[in-house]
Amino acid sequence: MIEADRLSKEFHDSKRGLVRAVNDVSFICQPGRVYGLLGANGAGKTTTLRTLATILKPSSGTARVAGYDIRRDPEKVRANIGFLSTATALYGRLTAWEVVEYFGRLNGLNGEALRRRIQNLFLRLEVDFPDRRCDALSTGMKQKVSIARTLVHDPPVMIFDEPTSGLDVMSARAIIGFIRECREQGKTVLFSTHVMSEAEKLCDTIGIIHDGCLKTEGTLAELRAQSGQQTLEEIFVRTVES
Amino acid sequence: MSWHNVGVVYRKELTDSLRDRRTVISMVLVPILLMPILTIGAGVITALLFGRAMQEIPSVMVLGGEDSPKLLAELHAQKDISIVAAQPDYAQAISNKLVRAAVAIPPGFDAAVERGDIPTVRIYMYQGELRSSFGADRLQRFFRDLRDRIVTERLAARQLPADTIEPFRIEQQNVASPEEVSGTIIGGLVPYFIIVLCLSGAMYPAMDLTAGEKERGTIETILSSPVSRVHLVLGKFFMVLTAALFTAVLALISMGMTFAAGKKMLASVPQSRDFDFAASVSFRALAAVFVMVIPLAVLFSAALLAIALFAKSYREAQSYLSPLTIVVMLPAIVSVLPGVELNTGLSLIPVLNTSLISKEIVSGTYHWGYMALIFGSSCVYAAIALWVAIMLFQKESVLFRS
Repeated sequence: MIEADRLSKEFHDSKRGLVRAVNDVSFICQPGRVYGLLGANGAGKTTTLRTLATILKPSSGTARVAGYDIRRDPEKVRANIGFLSTATALYGRLTAWEVVEYFGRLNGLNGEALRRRIQNLFLRLEVDFPDRRCDALSTGMKQKVSIARTLVHDPPVMIFDEPTSGLDVMSARAIIGFIRECREQGKTVLFSTHVMSEAEKLCDTIGIIHDGCLKTEGTLAELRAQSGQQTLEEIFVRTVES
Repeated sequence: MSWHNVGVVYRKELTDSLRDRRTVISMVLVPILLMPILTIGAGVITALLFGRAMQEIPSVMVLGGEDSPKLLAELHAQKDISIVAAQPDYAQAISNKLVRAAVAIPPGFDAAVERGDIPTVRIYMYQGELRSSFGADRLQRFFRDLRDRIVTERLAARQLPADTIEPFRIEQQNVASPEEVSGTIIGGLVPYFIIVLCLSGAMYPAMDLTAGEKERGTIETILSSPVSRVHLVLGKFFMVLTAALFTAVLALISMGMTFAAGKKMLASVPQSRDFDFAASVSFRALAAVFVMVIPLAVLFSAALLAIALFAKSYREAQSYLSPLTIVVMLPAIVSVLPGVELNTGLSLIPVLNTSLISKEIVSGTYHWGYMALIFGSSCVYAAIALWVAIMLFQKESVLFRS
């Protein structure tokens, strides 16, 4: 479970001065459900997800991820999440196996247990190139290795930051399929996107974020009822402009 | 503190770095090849240049002397100089390297010498130009021999023994050991190379492990793993330190072997038997220099990591770190300058202190007090640099600088 409680993040920008990238954001993501954070570029999605993944420290407010407070137990939070974004690249000079093994070791896995875990993951994700260096892999292959990297420690919470951005149709479909699988396995899934169709297809709950503030949230049906609009795009535009 | 995670990060960074061609070149090839290329290569080139210059028969001008046929005849009989026609712009001809030197014979030279007057012969040359010096030397040798011959003839005419003009002899005796002699000649060179190579060996991994991670987009991947930032920076730091020390060890081995090879080569030259410097750069001295370099390597590794972390890309990191090479080279060069001697004040200046004490060690002098002070102060600087690097790894504004 993820429980964001009045989460805020400010930073200083040399051109814009003090910027409040996330402003008093609260929401709850339940296990076995996909929560979609929908927002335009620069709305605060990435900062929210990075703060929940403890890559950034919140300026105020807090959150509990898998039962751990992001301020007090950041390392335990990270041990219980799988974080995947377009910015989470792989080590090009390491092989697919070595990358996943490295993250397995950092998560406390070792020896035969780790070897079996990687073998199973590679079998499931059809990674049949364990000894190839990551810099020689295609985008789709890299995406598979990245997924194996996020799953190696079998985390109960998955955080995806625009995971399909820049991918071709086949790779994007594979990611969407993988997110569904995570939901079916009872994991808590938080997912950010600016692609309306993706959010419509995938999310059980949608939160619309704009200028760092969570403007509204609910199931698609609830959002339709609230706004009187039918498509998510219309709902989004109405919410952002209001 | 989980040393397990530090070890995991260290092993990964080591594997990763050893697959990076730039790191391997700066860590392995440069320290192995630099010393032999610079010493043996430079020696061979110098010997070649000197050899060629020595073999040349210098062309010289003789200005005047028409009324001194005896002198001119002797000059023309010399086989190791070639006399060319005199020209009024002889100075220009020497500057343009058309002739190597010129000699002006005063009017009535032969007659003046007969009378017992003291005429002055003037030799013109291009100072600092090797071939011109050789030409001038040969002229000087000819006139010195001529003078000695005239003195001997005059003494004989007065029936005086030859030692009349040499009432006593002067002898100079070296009291310094071969180790001390070599320390003075090459002592500054050893620490200079070790320090500069230690820095350059650490530089590429430091950039790759910080700015390189940002550029390739792996920084967010690793920061989303459970490893703490302290463990992460320590794992990276130990990798950079390994590169620095490995480079220093290879450079020392390469130096030791170069000196041993130099000793063999010198031994085969009969004239160099009394010049025994190559025997003196002992294993003990090289090992002691290495121990003194360890805290400096820690300082370099931590400082390089901290500075390179500011950069967003490899190229930006290079522009930050390149001036650092000059900052490090300056004190190392100062230590090689004659007259710069170790004292308590200089013992506290990083880099310069290690360079100066290493120079002393190579010449066989072990100032234990200074060594302790320098090792201690370098450890303090290294600890501060490491602390700064750890602190910077906690700062979001540095890690995610945009």
